[in-house]
Amino acid sequence: MTVMSIQKMPALSVDRLVKTFDVSAPWLNRLIERKPRQVLQAVNDITFHVPMGGCLSLVGESGCGKSTVARLVTGLYKPDTGDIRFAPGQDGKPLSAQMIFQDPYASLNPRWRVKNIIAEPLRELKLRNSKAEITERVEELLKTVGLSASDGEKFPHEFSGGQRQRISIARALAGEPRFLVCDEPTSALDVSVQAQVLNLMRRLQDEFGLTYLFISHDLSVVRHMSDRIAVMYLGRIVEEGDTEDLFAKPRHPYTQLLLETIPNVKHPHRDRVVAGGEVPSPLKPPSGCPFHPRCPIATARCSEEIPPVRTLASGTRVACHFVTEQ
Amino acid sequence: MTSDTSKPGAIPPPTMLQRVRDSDIWWSFTHSKSAMFAATVLAVLILAAVFAPFIAPQDPYDAAQLDMWKAELPPVWQEGGEWPFLLGTDTQGRDLLSAILYGTRISIVIGLASVALSLLIGMTAGLVAGFFGGMIDNILMRIGDITLSIPTILIAILVSTVVRQLLPADLREIGASAVLIFAISLSSWVQYARTVRAQTIVERNKEYVQAARLLKVPARRILAHHILPNTLTPVLVAATLNFGMAILTEATLSFLGIGMPPGQPSLGTLIRIGNQFLFSGSWWIVLFPVIQLCLLVVVVNLLGDWLRDVLNPKLR
Ligand SMILES: Nc1ncnc2c1ncn2[C@@H]1O[C@H](COP(=O)(O)OP(=O)(O)OP(=O)(O)O)[C@@H](O)[C@H]1O
Ligand code: SF4
Ligand SMILES: [Mg+2]
Repeated sequence: MTVMSIQKMPALSVDRLVKTFDVSAPWLNRLIERKPRQVLQAVNDITFHVPMGGCLSLVGESGCGKSTVARLVTGLYKPDTGDIRFAPGQDGKPLSAQMIFQDPYASLNPRWRVKNIIAEPLRELKLRNSKAEITERVEELLKTVGLSASDGEKFPHEFSGGQRQRISIARALAGEPRFLVCDEPTSALDVSVQAQVLNLMRRLQDEFGLTYLFISHDLSVVRHMSDRIAVMYLGRIVEEGDTEDLFAKPRHPYTQLLLETIPNVKHPHRDRVVAGGEVPSPLKPPSGCPFHPRCPIATARCSEEIPPVRTLASGTRVACHFVTEQ
Repeated sequence: MTSDTSKPGAIPPPTMLQRVRDSDIWWSFTHSKSAMFAATVLAVLILAAVFAPFIAPQDPYDAAQLDMWKAELPPVWQEGGEWPFLLGTDTQGRDLLSAILYGTRISIVIGLASVALSLLIGMTAGLVAGFFGGMIDNILMRIGDITLSIPTILIAILVSTVVRQLLPADLREIGASAVLIFAISLSSWVQYARTVRAQTIVERNKEYVQAARLLKVPARRILAHHILPNTLTPVLVAATLNFGMAILTEATLSFLGIGMPPGQPSLGTLIRIGNQFLFSGSWWIVLFPVIQLCLLVVVVNLLGDWLRDVLNPKLR
């Protein structure tokens, strides 16, 4: 394979991914209460590509299935159906992926020293062998993410949320990944700290040539990070396009709604509740277009027919009956 | 490359001792009268039991040291009491204080051993059930439910009867303590299993465990290095309280005559023997072992209650 074709190949291709969770009561309760099995559609027929060295962001409200996609991509969950393919790296094996998690408190083992947390990937993946090499690499990683080498001796509870996220990033980098899945890495942080962590992540992307799958519920965070944005609603992607395109010309009514409610300086925390009604339960998704109960331009057709995904001339993909080329 | 800690001005990491001294537990210990009292009494009881061969005036197992003429002597402060029999003697001329010290030793050893064995069974079952879930979880927990629905005493009687039948006669005396330990553990592992399982399910879904799974760390090592240490707190509380329970169960079984034989008396055996003389006027033969047993169990439970309050953040 030539260098050119590797460059053009997406780092990650996800094709028609489906994941359901069986959330039924135990069989004895079902028997007694005569309830049927309950299946939750967390991810419903999702397709996207992440360009090599680029950043694709998944955006959507809480519960729309973003974390589930992240876990499917990293292999923590098995998909029901669908394909997840990483491009081969220089060694011919698929790119290795690591993950940065949402909760800076649950993502570090409270009983381990930071140096051991960061050394875990080095030891498990046998990236360094001798003790001295591991120590040296851990200190190097701590400095890379803006901490000091002596921080390795401390325990996670001695750090702030932002510093913990830096530790998580250092641990992820220790696995020498080419691909990073970042599941809302800044949503638990103060706004001032968010920017620092985001800047660090951008710097690392350039420095190490990383490819990101970035997840957020916050469009303004995503704008600075991503080349492309995919907007999710109830387990489906409703619109996907280049970042600037999407901000300049949102096509899908849901994307428009999200953009109108972007948190600003006056209302920094107006994010998770989006105006215009509740998100339906993924246990009982609406018929037809999943967005129709909240859509301002919905017609009778919307509640009957699932809108197919169409690719516009600009490369934007959108799932709505009434979106036209203009 | 040298680490920053060796540079002048850098604060060295705290030592183990410093960490203990600065910890919340130590602070709350030094500020709780009942915990300090219980710990002191327990330490004295344990030390006295451990060093029984050096402290006790007599070796109560050595028939040659027993003097039938000194049988049923009352405590020294009573009419007819005699040195060195501080707490009096039993019907065979055995010094009661010595018998109690040695008996406490047996009770503590059996208590500790059965807590250790039930911890081993319970924690393994809990970790496996909680981590893997599904069928294996179901099977293990249903076995636990069944075990819990049979009274401890009944399990102990069943086990000891069966084992006694299986053991050759000359091993029965020696095997008595092993049978007790096994029987008590078999009836008390479920609590640990449930506690550990619940905690394991919580930890398993935490993101640090998922980070380890991303690295393909084998389940065995995830359980041992990540999950197990984080389940220890509730287990420690349960183990302390169960230590008291185990001593009581052992005493009950020995009192009923299916525990330690008179040749190796535990506190329960002493109480059983003494009980026969309660109405013949030799009250001391039963009273002092009872007091010792109560004291032991009460201080252990006091410590357990204190630990539970300290380690459970919801109660603070
Ligand atoms: N392991 C699971 N078992 C059952 N249901 C699950 C599981 N994981 C996720 N779900 C359900 O799937 C849906 C999508 O969850 P997911 O965590 O992917 O959402 P999210 O977009 O990441 O939300 P948030 O912004 O709150 O993190 C939710 O309704 C959730 O309750
Ligand atoms: S398909 Fe209908 S309901 Fe769905 S977004 Fe388009 S207009 Fe709204
Ligand atoms: Mg999430």
